[in-house]
Amino acid sequence: MDWGSIIESLFRGLIGESFIVFALAAIGLNLHFGYTGLLNFGQAVFMAAGAYGLAMMVATIGPAANRNFGWDLSESTLFWAGIFVGVIVFPVIFAFVMGIPTLRLRADYLAIVTIAVAEIFRIVVRSPQPGIKKWTNSSDGLTGFSGTFYDMSPFGTQDRYLFNLFTGNQMFLVIVGWVVLAFAAAVCWLLIRSPWGRVLKAIREDEDAARSLGKNAYSYKMQALILGGIFGAVGGMIRAIGFSVAQPDNFITDVTFFVWVALILGGAGKVLAPIVGASLLYGLLNFSDTFLREGVSADVIPDSIMTGTQVGQVRFMLMGLGLALLAAFRPQGIFGNKEEMALDDR
Amino acid sequence: MTGNNFEDQLKDELIPDAGPIAGPPGDSSDMSVVTSEKLALVDSEAARAALADVPWEPGAKKPDPILVADNVVRRFGGLTAVDAEHVEVQRGVITALIGPNGAGKTTFFNLLTNFDTPDEGTRVFDGHNIDNVPAHKIANYGMVRTFQLTKALSKMTVIENMKLGATGQKGETLWRSVLPFMWKSQEKEIEARADALLERFKLSHMRDEFAGTMSGGQRKLLEMARALMVEPTMVMLDEPMAGVNPALTQSLLGHVTGLRDAGMTVLFVEHDMDMVQEISDWVIVMAEGRIIAEGPPATIGQNQAVVDAYLGSHHDSALDLDVEL
Repeated sequence: MDWGSIIESLFRGLIGESFIVFALAAIGLNLHFGYTGLLNFGQAVFMAAGAYGLAMMVATIGPAANRNFGWDLSESTLFWAGIFVGVIVFPVIFAFVMGIPTLRLRADYLAIVTIAVAEIFRIVVRSPQPGIKKWTNSSDGLTGFSGTFYDMSPFGTQDRYLFNLFTGNQMFLVIVGWVVLAFAAAVCWLLIRSPWGRVLKAIREDEDAARSLGKNAYSYKMQALILGGIFGAVGGMIRAIGFSVAQPDNFITDVTFFVWVALILGGAGKVLAPIVGASLLYGLLNFSDTFLREGVSADVIPDSIMTGTQVGQVRFMLMGLGLALLAAFRPQGIFGNKEEMALDDR
Repeated sequence: MTGNNFEDQLKDELIPDAGPIAGPPGDSSDMSVVTSEKLALVDSEAARAALADVPWEPGAKKPDPILVADNVVRRFGGLTAVDAEHVEVQRGVITALIGPNGAGKTTFFNLLTNFDTPDEGTRVFDGHNIDNVPAHKIANYGMVRTFQLTKALSKMTVIENMKLGATGQKGETLWRSVLPFMWKSQEKEIEARADALLERFKLSHMRDEFAGTMSGGQRKLLEMARALMVEPTMVMLDEPMAGVNPALTQSLLGHVTGLRDAGMTVLFVEHDMDMVQEISDWVIVMAEGRIIAEGPPATIGQNQAVVDAYLGSHHDSALDLDVEL
């Protein structure tokens, strides 16, 4: 067994790109669910919004605008415009689409609508209809939008960095990701400690009580939905830049539930929970994957138990087992407070 | 209630490590901490005295009404839950809204506080027509309500609950919230006010505990104290005595009369006749969605319509509302 590659894989999970992506999405979800009590089962669509906002601006909408209006927008202009569209415009649109009809209703209506909007968007984007494919390139996805980003990288593309964990481009993405993540966590920390955050918590506890004290619950829920969506979009954008492709099937429903797992693992309603949760989740997933693969190939695990092709499924079985144990023995997550959680039952 | 016994019970309820109680129960009526300039203009004694000239009939005109409802109708499918022709609530007094089960009291109460929208009718509060005003804006006009099932915000601390009640907070705007220097000084004022109120309601020892750890009676007190953070002119209480330990009843009553003496108007829905008899200055009786009687509490038990509503129309003696007093 090659323990070196197992450890490397573990660390790539703990601090690498997937960790950053899911930590950001989970910070958004924490704002939705942990603080405001909004059941969002469509965080993947906010991530897709970030990815497609950038990819479409650079790869399809921008060039089309250049052709049709005779503009001469450079790729880097389009890249920054794409960041704006992906981080602000698309998430706000999605939040309005989900929130306007449902935020006045009980929490479960939002849950239904978010999961529906996420799937509708993904299925529309992967549609082979020429009129849609022209903009989204169907299931193959859009490429050629991350050049501007990597051009800014000070790292050599041929070298490896941080104990050989990352290539130059990965290193640049991960460093930018860490900075963005730290910024997001700081903003979240400030928000939660402010009177604004206090209103969110009040709405989570009892909307009518908040309303009787003069708080516009609908408006606050919408603000939380938008803001949490923006954090998710930043995560999705980093995912797309990391893969250098925006593909519909990178934003399937499973992605939403991975975000949920990261949040629940950390403990909903705590600022550091999404970060530590996502880190542990990806650390463990990477570790079990490489560990089992190495075990199978070194014949430590005999073929009668599992073969190399089954490793992918087995690690999710292990994850399921882990979640069941978490729910049984530490339902409040790593940072959660059991006494606080039990207050609900009184 | 006998003084000593009650005080001992109260001590157990409120102060686990029984220190001496700050003063006689009467001191809870000193609401000076919540008195605003607007309230100082209200002479509660004069307001009560003025009720003497009001006729004892449904829909009676009051000399200085703060809340007026006209032709308020609320239907649920085929059922007309509320059909109130005309109701006025006198400023600066305690008005009780009573009636047998299913009379539409709570529905009417929700209509008056705009937590429900009537099918017809108009409501005017303190000069503002509130027909098309969202429920959360009512608090800014100075009307605040509590709930029958107490809504303590369990996973927030007591002091957080209190601070939430303050209106016009700068830090509640999204962009300002991330710039603490924009709201820190206001926050300090709010916290001082909250602490003064907690002191008044003898909840200071719970200040940093989660509200969910409080007893039912303490939650009622917290809800009332939190409502006062709004600096209301009118306080609407939905069954304030429901589920309250008898030891706390007297203290709660003291707080309610204290609100009136500070110049606030109080309207409460209640089943507990003791409370109605003891503290209300005026009683409005509902039955089957209509206002059937109004009058001072002492007269209500003799009112034929009320007796009929409570006991049905076949009986021979007046309803004895003050059995235990």
